[in-house]
Amino acid sequence: MFYLENLLFIIGSLLLVICVLVSVAFLTMFERKVLGYIQIRKGPNKVGIMGIPQPFCDAIKLFTKEQTYPLLSNYISYYFSPIFSLFLSLLVWMCMPLFIKLFSFNLGLLFFLCCTSLGVYTVMIAGWSSNSNYALLGGLRAVAQTISYEVSLALVLLSFIFLIGGYNMLMFYKYQLFIWFLFLMFPMALVWFSISLAETNRTPFDFAEGESELVSGFNIEYSSGGFALIFLAEYASILFMSMLFCVMFLGCDVFSFSFYLKLTFVSFMFIWVRGTLPRFRYDKLMYLAWKSFLPFSLNFLLFFVGFKIFLLYLL
Amino acid sequence: MFSILTISSILLLISMVIMLLASILSKKTIVDREKASPFECGFDPKSSSRLPFSLRFFLITIIFLIFDVEIALILPIILIIKFSNIMCWTITSIIFILILLLGLYHEWNQGMLNWSN
Repeated sequence: MFYLENLLFIIGSLLLVICVLVSVAFLTMFERKVLGYIQIRKGPNKVGIMGIPQPFCDAIKLFTKEQTYPLLSNYISYYFSPIFSLFLSLLVWMCMPLFIKLFSFNLGLLFFLCCTSLGVYTVMIAGWSSNSNYALLGGLRAVAQTISYEVSLALVLLSFIFLIGGYNMLMFYKYQLFIWFLFLMFPMALVWFSISLAETNRTPFDFAEGESELVSGFNIEYSSGGFALIFLAEYASILFMSMLFCVMFLGCDVFSFSFYLKLTFVSFMFIWVRGTLPRFRYDKLMYLAWKSFLPFSLNFLLFFVGFKIFLLYLL
Repeated sequence: MFSILTISSILLLISMVIMLLASILSKKTIVDREKASPFECGFDPKSSSRLPFSLRFFLITIIFLIFDVEIALILPIILIIKFSNIMCWTITSIIFILILLLGLYHEWNQGMLNWSN
Protein backbone atom coordinates (compact mmCIF):
# COMPACT_ATOMS: atom_id res chain seq x y z
CA MET A 1 0.00 0.00 0.00
CA PHE A 2 2.79 2.36 1.05
CA TYR A 3 4.81 1.66 -2.09
CA LEU A 4 1.76 1.95 -4.30
CA GLU A 5 0.93 5.36 -2.85
CA ASN A 6 4.47 6.56 -3.31
CA LEU A 7 4.45 5.32 -6.87
CA LEU A 8 1.22 7.22 -7.52
CA PHE A 9 2.73 10.41 -6.04
CA ILE A 10 5.80 10.07 -8.19
CA ILE A 11 3.87 9.36 -11.39
CA GLY A 12 1.55 12.30 -10.73
CA SER A 13 4.40 14.70 -10.02
CA LEU A 14 6.35 13.53 -13.05
CA LEU A 15 3.29 14.10 -15.22
CA LEU A 16 2.94 17.58 -13.76
CA VAL A 17 6.61 18.37 -14.39
CA ILE A 18 6.52 17.12 -17.98
CA CYS A 19 3.38 19.15 -18.66
CA VAL A 20 5.09 22.20 -17.13
CA LEU A 21 8.09 21.74 -19.40
CA VAL A 22 5.90 21.41 -22.51
CA SER A 23 3.83 24.42 -21.48
CA VAL A 24 7.04 26.41 -21.00
CA ALA A 25 7.89 25.62 -24.62
CA PHE A 26 4.50 26.82 -25.78
CA LEU A 27 4.69 29.88 -23.50
CA THR A 28 7.81 31.04 -25.35
CA MET A 29 5.94 30.62 -28.66
CA PHE A 30 2.95 32.48 -27.21
CA GLU A 31 5.25 35.27 -26.08
CA ARG A 32 6.80 35.66 -29.52
CA LYS A 33 3.39 35.66 -31.17
CA VAL A 34 1.90 38.21 -28.74
CA LEU A 35 4.95 40.47 -28.95
CA GLY A 36 4.71 40.23 -32.73
CA TYR A 37 1.08 41.27 -32.83
CA ILE A 38 1.73 44.06 -30.31
CA GLN A 39 4.39 45.42 -32.66
CA ILE A 40 2.02 45.03 -35.64
CA ARG A 41 3.83 42.18 -37.33
CA LYS A 42 3.33 38.46 -37.44
CA GLY A 43 5.23 36.30 -35.02
CA PRO A 44 6.77 32.96 -36.03
CA ASN A 45 4.33 31.45 -38.54
CA LYS A 46 6.37 29.46 -41.03
CA VAL A 47 7.24 26.22 -39.22
CA GLY A 48 4.48 23.61 -39.44
CA ILE A 49 0.95 24.87 -39.03
CA MET A 50 0.93 28.54 -37.97
CA GLY A 51 4.38 28.07 -36.44
CA ILE A 52 3.16 25.81 -33.65
CA PRO A 53 6.19 23.43 -33.66
CA GLN A 54 8.54 26.43 -33.55
CA PRO A 55 9.62 26.03 -29.88
CA PHE A 56 10.71 22.44 -30.50
CA CYS A 57 12.84 23.53 -33.44
CA ASP A 58 14.31 26.26 -31.26
CA ALA A 59 15.10 23.73 -28.55
CA ILE A 60 16.88 21.42 -30.98
CA LYS A 61 18.87 24.32 -32.38
CA LEU A 62 19.75 25.57 -28.90
CA PHE A 63 20.88 22.17 -27.68
CA THR A 64 23.15 21.54 -30.63
CA LYS A 65 24.95 24.85 -30.14
CA GLU A 66 28.53 25.10 -29.06
CA GLN A 67 29.40 25.02 -25.36
CA THR A 68 31.79 27.60 -24.00
CA TYR A 69 34.45 27.22 -21.34
CA PRO A 70 35.06 30.75 -20.06
CA LEU A 71 38.60 31.54 -19.05
CA LEU A 72 39.27 31.75 -15.29
CA SER A 73 35.70 30.89 -14.47
CA ASN A 74 34.79 28.68 -11.52
CA TYR A 75 33.69 25.96 -13.85
CA ILE A 76 31.89 23.63 -11.42
CA SER A 77 29.62 26.35 -10.05
CA TYR A 78 29.30 27.84 -13.55
CA TYR A 79 28.14 24.47 -14.85
CA PHE A 80 25.83 23.54 -12.00
CA SER A 81 23.97 26.78 -11.25
CA PRO A 82 21.61 26.47 -14.28
CA ILE A 83 20.90 22.89 -13.24
CA PHE A 84 19.96 24.01 -9.76
CA SER A 85 17.88 26.88 -11.04
CA LEU A 86 15.78 24.54 -13.21
CA PHE A 87 15.59 22.07 -10.34
CA LEU A 88 14.28 24.71 -7.95
CA SER A 89 11.70 26.09 -10.31
CA LEU A 90 10.42 22.59 -11.04
CA LEU A 91 10.45 21.65 -7.37
CA VAL A 92 8.32 24.63 -6.43
CA TRP A 93 5.58 23.21 -8.65
CA MET A 94 5.19 20.32 -6.19
CA CYS A 95 3.15 22.57 -3.91
CA MET A 96 0.46 23.08 -6.54
CA PRO A 97 -2.82 22.58 -4.66
CA LEU A 98 -4.40 19.68 -6.51
CA PHE A 99 -6.80 17.59 -4.47
CA ILE A 100 -5.60 14.15 -5.53
CA LYS A 101 -2.55 12.37 -6.92
CA LEU A 102 -0.16 15.04 -5.71
CA PHE A 103 1.39 16.10 -2.45
CA SER A 104 -0.92 17.68 0.06
CA PHE A 105 1.26 20.23 1.75
CA ASN A 106 0.03 21.55 5.05
CA LEU A 107 2.79 24.13 4.87
CA GLY A 108 2.70 24.65 1.11
CA LEU A 109 3.09 28.42 1.21
CA LEU A 110 6.15 28.03 3.43
CA PHE A 111 7.57 25.58 0.89
CA PHE A 112 6.97 28.14 -1.84
CA LEU A 113 8.77 30.85 0.16
CA CYS A 114 11.77 28.56 0.73
CA CYS A 115 12.07 27.62 -2.92
CA THR A 116 11.80 31.18 -4.22
CA SER A 117 14.38 32.44 -1.76
CA LEU A 118 16.79 29.73 -2.82
CA GLY A 119 16.38 30.87 -6.42
CA VAL A 120 18.49 33.95 -5.64
CA TYR A 121 21.61 31.86 -5.12
CA THR A 122 21.56 30.33 -8.58
CA VAL A 123 21.44 33.75 -10.27
CA MET A 124 24.16 35.09 -7.99
CA ILE A 125 26.48 32.13 -8.54
CA ALA A 126 25.81 32.10 -12.28
CA GLY A 127 26.71 35.79 -12.45
CA TRP A 128 29.75 35.57 -10.22
CA SER A 129 31.33 32.39 -11.50
CA SER A 130 31.38 33.25 -15.17
CA ASN A 131 34.17 35.81 -14.62
CA SER A 132 32.78 38.64 -16.71
CA ASN A 133 32.06 42.21 -15.68
CA TYR A 134 28.65 42.22 -17.32
CA ALA A 135 27.68 38.95 -15.72
CA LEU A 136 28.81 40.10 -12.28
CA LEU A 137 26.90 43.38 -12.56
CA GLY A 138 23.79 41.60 -13.78
CA GLY A 139 24.03 39.08 -10.98
CA LEU A 140 24.48 41.79 -8.34
CA ARG A 141 21.51 43.75 -9.63
CA ALA A 142 19.37 40.64 -9.79
CA VAL A 143 20.25 39.67 -6.23
CA ALA A 144 19.58 43.14 -4.80
CA GLN A 145 16.30 43.39 -6.69
CA THR A 146 15.08 39.92 -5.82
CA ILE A 147 15.82 40.14 -2.12
CA SER A 148 14.29 43.62 -1.89
CA TYR A 149 11.08 42.41 -3.42
CA GLU A 150 11.12 39.18 -1.48
CA VAL A 151 10.46 41.03 1.79
CA SER A 152 7.31 42.61 0.36
CA LEU A 153 6.35 39.30 -1.26
CA ALA A 154 6.56 37.50 2.06
CA LEU A 155 4.62 40.25 3.84
CA VAL A 156 1.82 40.34 1.26
CA LEU A 157 1.63 36.57 1.45
CA LEU A 158 1.60 36.76 5.25
CA SER A 159 -1.37 39.08 5.30
CA PHE A 160 -3.29 36.51 3.25
CA ILE A 161 -2.10 33.78 5.59
CA PHE A 162 -3.42 35.81 8.52
CA LEU A 163 -6.73 35.99 6.74
CA ILE A 164 -7.05 32.29 5.91
CA GLY A 165 -5.33 31.15 9.09
CA GLY A 166 -2.92 28.54 7.78
CA TYR A 167 -0.27 27.66 5.25
CA ASN A 168 -2.30 25.19 3.24
CA MET A 169 -3.00 26.42 -0.28
CA LEU A 170 -6.30 24.57 -0.44
CA MET A 171 -7.63 27.00 2.18
CA PHE A 172 -7.69 29.61 -0.57
CA TYR A 173 -10.35 27.54 -2.30
CA LYS A 174 -12.49 27.35 0.82
CA TYR A 175 -12.28 31.05 1.52
CA GLN A 176 -12.95 32.10 -2.06
CA LEU A 177 -16.05 30.03 -2.67
CA PHE A 178 -18.35 33.04 -2.78
CA ILE A 179 -16.14 35.97 -3.69
CA TRP A 180 -12.66 36.15 -5.13
CA PHE A 181 -9.95 37.86 -3.15
CA LEU A 182 -9.34 39.98 -6.25
CA PHE A 183 -12.47 41.95 -5.51
CA LEU A 184 -11.88 42.11 -1.78
CA MET A 185 -8.26 43.25 -2.02
CA PHE A 186 -7.72 44.85 -5.39
CA PRO A 187 -4.69 47.00 -4.40
CA MET A 188 -3.02 43.93 -2.92
CA ALA A 189 -3.57 42.12 -6.21
CA LEU A 190 -1.85 44.91 -8.13
CA VAL A 191 1.07 44.97 -5.70
CA TRP A 192 1.34 41.18 -5.81
CA PHE A 193 1.38 41.22 -9.60
CA SER A 194 4.18 43.74 -9.79
CA ILE A 195 6.12 41.90 -7.08
CA SER A 196 5.84 38.70 -9.06
CA LEU A 197 7.03 40.56 -12.15
CA ALA A 198 10.06 41.69 -10.18
CA GLU A 199 10.66 38.27 -8.63
CA THR A 200 10.77 36.56 -12.01
CA ASN A 201 12.95 39.36 -13.49
CA ARG A 202 10.33 40.30 -16.07
CA THR A 203 10.37 43.30 -18.27
CA PRO A 204 9.71 46.52 -16.45
CA PHE A 205 12.13 45.17 -13.84
CA ASP A 206 14.50 43.05 -15.95
CA PHE A 207 17.72 44.53 -14.65
CA ALA A 208 19.31 41.11 -14.44
CA GLU A 209 19.56 41.27 -18.22
CA GLY A 210 19.47 44.91 -19.26
CA GLU A 211 20.23 44.51 -22.94
CA SER A 212 20.92 48.20 -23.42
CA GLU A 213 23.74 48.37 -20.89
CA LEU A 214 24.73 44.84 -19.80
CA VAL A 215 24.34 43.08 -23.18
CA SER A 216 22.65 40.05 -21.64
CA GLY A 217 23.24 40.36 -17.93
CA PHE A 218 24.05 37.45 -15.68
CA ASN A 219 23.71 34.77 -18.37
CA ILE A 220 26.06 36.38 -20.87
CA GLU A 221 28.69 33.64 -20.80
CA TYR A 222 26.19 30.82 -21.10
CA SER A 223 25.71 29.15 -24.43
CA SER A 224 23.75 26.04 -25.36
CA GLY A 225 22.68 23.90 -22.43
CA GLY A 226 23.19 26.38 -19.62
CA PHE A 227 21.27 29.08 -21.41
CA ALA A 228 18.47 26.65 -22.22
CA LEU A 229 18.19 25.62 -18.58
CA ILE A 230 18.15 29.22 -17.32
CA PHE A 231 15.51 30.05 -19.90
CA LEU A 232 13.38 27.06 -18.92
CA ALA A 233 13.71 27.94 -15.25
CA GLU A 234 12.63 31.55 -15.81
CA TYR A 235 9.57 30.61 -17.79
CA ALA A 236 8.62 27.82 -15.40
CA SER A 237 8.73 30.32 -12.56
CA ILE A 238 6.62 32.77 -14.61
CA LEU A 239 4.03 30.04 -15.06
CA PHE A 240 4.21 29.23 -11.37
CA MET A 241 3.73 32.85 -10.41
CA SER A 242 0.67 33.12 -12.63
CA MET A 243 -0.63 29.90 -11.09
CA LEU A 244 -0.13 31.40 -7.66
CA PHE A 245 -1.95 34.57 -8.73
CA CYS A 246 -4.91 32.44 -9.79
CA VAL A 247 -4.78 30.52 -6.53
CA MET A 248 -4.59 33.61 -4.38
CA PHE A 249 -6.89 36.00 -6.17
CA LEU A 250 -8.90 34.26 -8.86
CA GLY A 251 -10.77 31.55 -7.04
CA CYS A 252 -8.31 28.63 -6.73
CA ASP A 253 -10.74 26.16 -8.36
CA VAL A 254 -7.94 23.92 -9.60
CA PHE A 255 -10.24 21.10 -10.71
CA SER A 256 -12.17 23.23 -13.21
CA PHE A 257 -11.20 24.11 -16.73
CA SER A 258 -11.65 27.83 -16.14
CA PHE A 259 -8.71 27.84 -13.70
CA TYR A 260 -6.36 27.00 -16.56
CA LEU A 261 -7.93 29.65 -18.76
CA LYS A 262 -7.31 32.16 -15.98
CA LEU A 263 -3.73 30.89 -15.65
CA THR A 264 -3.21 31.46 -19.36
CA PHE A 265 -4.68 34.92 -19.08
CA VAL A 266 -2.37 35.88 -16.22
CA SER A 267 0.67 34.62 -18.10
CA PHE A 268 -0.61 36.62 -21.07
CA MET A 269 -0.58 39.64 -18.76
CA PHE A 270 3.12 39.02 -18.07
CA ILE A 271 3.77 39.13 -21.82
CA TRP A 272 1.45 42.07 -22.34
CA VAL A 273 3.39 44.08 -19.76
CA ARG A 274 6.58 43.18 -21.60
CA GLY A 275 5.17 44.44 -24.87
CA THR A 276 3.86 47.67 -23.36
CA LEU A 277 6.10 49.10 -20.66
CA PRO A 278 9.66 50.41 -20.98
CA ARG A 279 12.35 49.42 -18.50
CA PHE A 280 12.36 51.09 -15.09
CA ARG A 281 15.30 52.99 -13.62
CA TYR A 282 17.33 51.07 -11.07
CA ASP A 283 17.16 53.49 -8.14
CA LYS A 284 13.45 53.96 -8.78
CA LEU A 285 13.08 50.18 -8.63
CA MET A 286 14.73 50.16 -5.21
CA TYR A 287 12.57 53.06 -4.03
CA LEU A 288 9.49 51.24 -5.26
CA ALA A 289 10.47 48.18 -3.25
CA TRP A 290 11.57 49.82 -0.01
CA LYS A 291 9.62 53.07 0.17
CA SER A 292 6.38 52.07 -1.45
CA PHE A 293 5.67 48.35 -1.38
CA LEU A 294 7.23 47.58 1.99
CA PRO A 295 5.32 50.23 4.00
CA PHE A 296 2.18 49.31 2.07
CA SER A 297 2.48 45.62 2.86
CA LEU A 298 3.41 46.22 6.50
CA ASN A 299 0.45 48.52 7.03
CA PHE A 300 -1.83 46.01 5.37
CA LEU A 301 -0.39 43.28 7.56
CA LEU A 302 -1.29 45.34 10.64
CA PHE A 303 -4.76 45.90 9.19
CA PHE A 304 -5.26 42.19 8.57
CA VAL A 305 -4.18 41.26 12.10
CA GLY A 306 -6.81 43.63 13.42
CA PHE A 307 -9.33 42.36 10.90
CA LYS A 308 -8.71 38.77 11.94
CA ILE A 309 -9.24 39.59 15.61
CA PHE A 310 -12.35 41.56 14.73
CA LEU A 311 -13.77 38.66 12.71
CA LEU A 312 -12.92 36.01 15.26
CA TYR A 313 -13.65 37.56 18.60
CA LEU A 314 -15.48 40.84 18.34
CA LEU A 315 -18.08 40.10 15.71
CA MET B 1 8.68 12.71 3.41
CA PHE B 2 10.08 9.76 1.48
CA SER B 3 8.16 10.66 -1.65
CA ILE B 4 9.16 14.35 -1.65
CA LEU B 5 12.80 13.29 -1.34
CA THR B 6 12.35 10.85 -4.19
CA ILE B 7 10.66 13.36 -6.44
CA SER B 8 13.26 16.03 -5.71
CA SER B 9 16.07 13.67 -6.60
CA ILE B 10 14.22 12.74 -9.78
CA LEU B 11 13.84 16.43 -10.65
CA LEU B 12 17.54 17.03 -10.05
CA LEU B 13 18.26 14.06 -12.27
CA ILE B 14 16.00 15.46 -15.02
CA SER B 15 17.79 18.80 -15.06
CA MET B 16 21.22 17.15 -15.00
CA VAL B 17 20.22 14.89 -17.86
CA ILE B 18 19.10 17.90 -19.92
CA MET B 19 22.45 19.59 -19.28
CA LEU B 20 24.36 16.40 -20.13
CA LEU B 21 22.29 16.02 -23.28
CA ALA B 22 23.33 19.50 -24.33
CA SER B 23 26.98 18.68 -23.61
CA ILE B 24 26.77 15.52 -25.72
CA LEU B 25 24.78 17.04 -28.57
CA SER B 26 27.00 20.07 -29.02
CA LYS B 27 29.45 18.38 -31.35
CA LYS B 28 31.03 21.48 -32.75
CA THR B 29 33.28 22.79 -30.01
CA ILE B 30 36.38 24.75 -30.83
CA VAL B 31 38.31 25.97 -27.80
CA ASP B 32 39.97 29.22 -28.69
CA ARG B 33 41.69 31.81 -26.50
CA GLU B 34 39.60 34.67 -27.85
CA LYS B 35 36.42 32.69 -27.50
CA ALA B 36 37.17 31.59 -23.96
CA SER B 37 38.00 35.09 -22.72
CA PRO B 38 35.11 36.97 -21.05
CA PHE B 39 32.83 38.87 -23.40
CA GLU B 40 33.77 42.53 -23.45
CA CYS B 41 32.59 44.10 -26.73
CA GLY B 42 35.70 43.36 -28.74
CA PHE B 43 38.30 44.32 -26.15
CA ASP B 44 40.41 42.13 -23.96
CA PRO B 45 39.06 42.45 -20.41
CA LYS B 46 41.01 45.20 -18.70
CA SER B 47 40.15 44.76 -15.03
CA SER B 48 39.46 41.66 -12.99
CA SER B 49 35.76 41.12 -12.75
CA ARG B 50 35.88 39.69 -9.23
CA LEU B 51 37.12 42.79 -7.43
CA PRO B 52 34.94 45.85 -8.10
CA PHE B 53 31.91 45.93 -5.86
CA SER B 54 29.45 48.60 -4.84
CA LEU B 55 28.90 48.89 -1.11
CA ARG B 56 25.29 49.86 -1.69
CA PHE B 57 24.35 46.28 -2.59
CA PHE B 58 25.90 45.08 0.66
CA LEU B 59 23.91 47.59 2.74
CA ILE B 60 20.67 46.60 1.02
CA THR B 61 21.47 42.99 1.88
CA ILE B 62 21.95 43.92 5.56
CA ILE B 63 18.54 45.62 5.66
CA PHE B 64 17.03 42.62 3.91
CA LEU B 65 18.55 40.34 6.53
CA ILE B 66 16.86 42.23 9.37
CA PHE B 67 13.48 42.13 7.69
CA ASP B 68 13.81 38.49 6.75
CA VAL B 69 14.62 37.46 10.30
CA GLU B 70 11.58 39.36 11.48
CA ILE B 71 9.41 37.65 8.86
CA ALA B 72 10.70 34.33 10.15
CA LEU B 73 9.52 35.44 13.60
CA ILE B 74 6.08 36.40 12.27
CA LEU B 75 5.57 33.04 10.54
CA PRO B 76 4.60 31.00 13.65
CA ILE B 77 2.30 33.75 14.97
CA ILE B 78 -0.43 32.58 12.59
CA LEU B 79 -0.32 28.98 13.70
CA ILE B 80 -0.33 29.67 17.45
CA ILE B 81 -3.52 31.72 17.31
CA LYS B 82 -5.46 28.53 18.06
CA PHE B 83 -3.51 27.70 21.21
CA SER B 84 -2.92 31.03 22.89
CA ASN B 85 -4.72 33.58 24.95
CA ILE B 86 -6.24 36.01 22.50
CA MET B 87 -5.35 39.13 24.49
CA CYS B 88 -1.69 38.14 24.68
CA TRP B 89 -1.69 37.16 21.01
CA THR B 90 -3.22 40.47 19.93
CA ILE B 91 -0.88 42.62 21.98
CA THR B 92 2.24 40.68 20.98
CA SER B 93 1.58 40.55 17.28
CA ILE B 94 0.43 44.14 16.97
CA ILE B 95 3.37 45.50 18.96
CA PHE B 96 5.76 43.35 16.92
CA ILE B 97 4.45 44.61 13.59
CA LEU B 98 4.37 48.17 14.89
CA ILE B 99 8.04 47.92 15.87
CA LEU B 100 8.80 46.61 12.38
CA LEU B 101 6.90 49.47 10.79
CA LEU B 102 8.48 52.13 12.98
CA GLY B 103 11.91 50.63 12.32
CA LEU B 104 11.29 50.94 8.62
CA TYR B 105 10.25 54.59 9.01
CA HIS B 106 13.33 55.24 11.16
CA GLU B 107 15.59 53.76 8.48
CA TRP B 108 13.84 55.84 5.88
CA ASN B 109 14.26 58.96 8.00
CA GLN B 110 17.96 58.27 8.52
CA GLY B 111 18.48 58.01 4.76
CA MET B 112 19.44 54.34 4.77
CA LEU B 113 17.11 53.56 1.89
CA ASN B 114 18.48 56.20 -0.46
CA TRP B 115 20.11 54.47 -3.39
CA SER B 116 22.45 57.31 -4.39
CA ASN B 117 23.72 60.07 -2.19
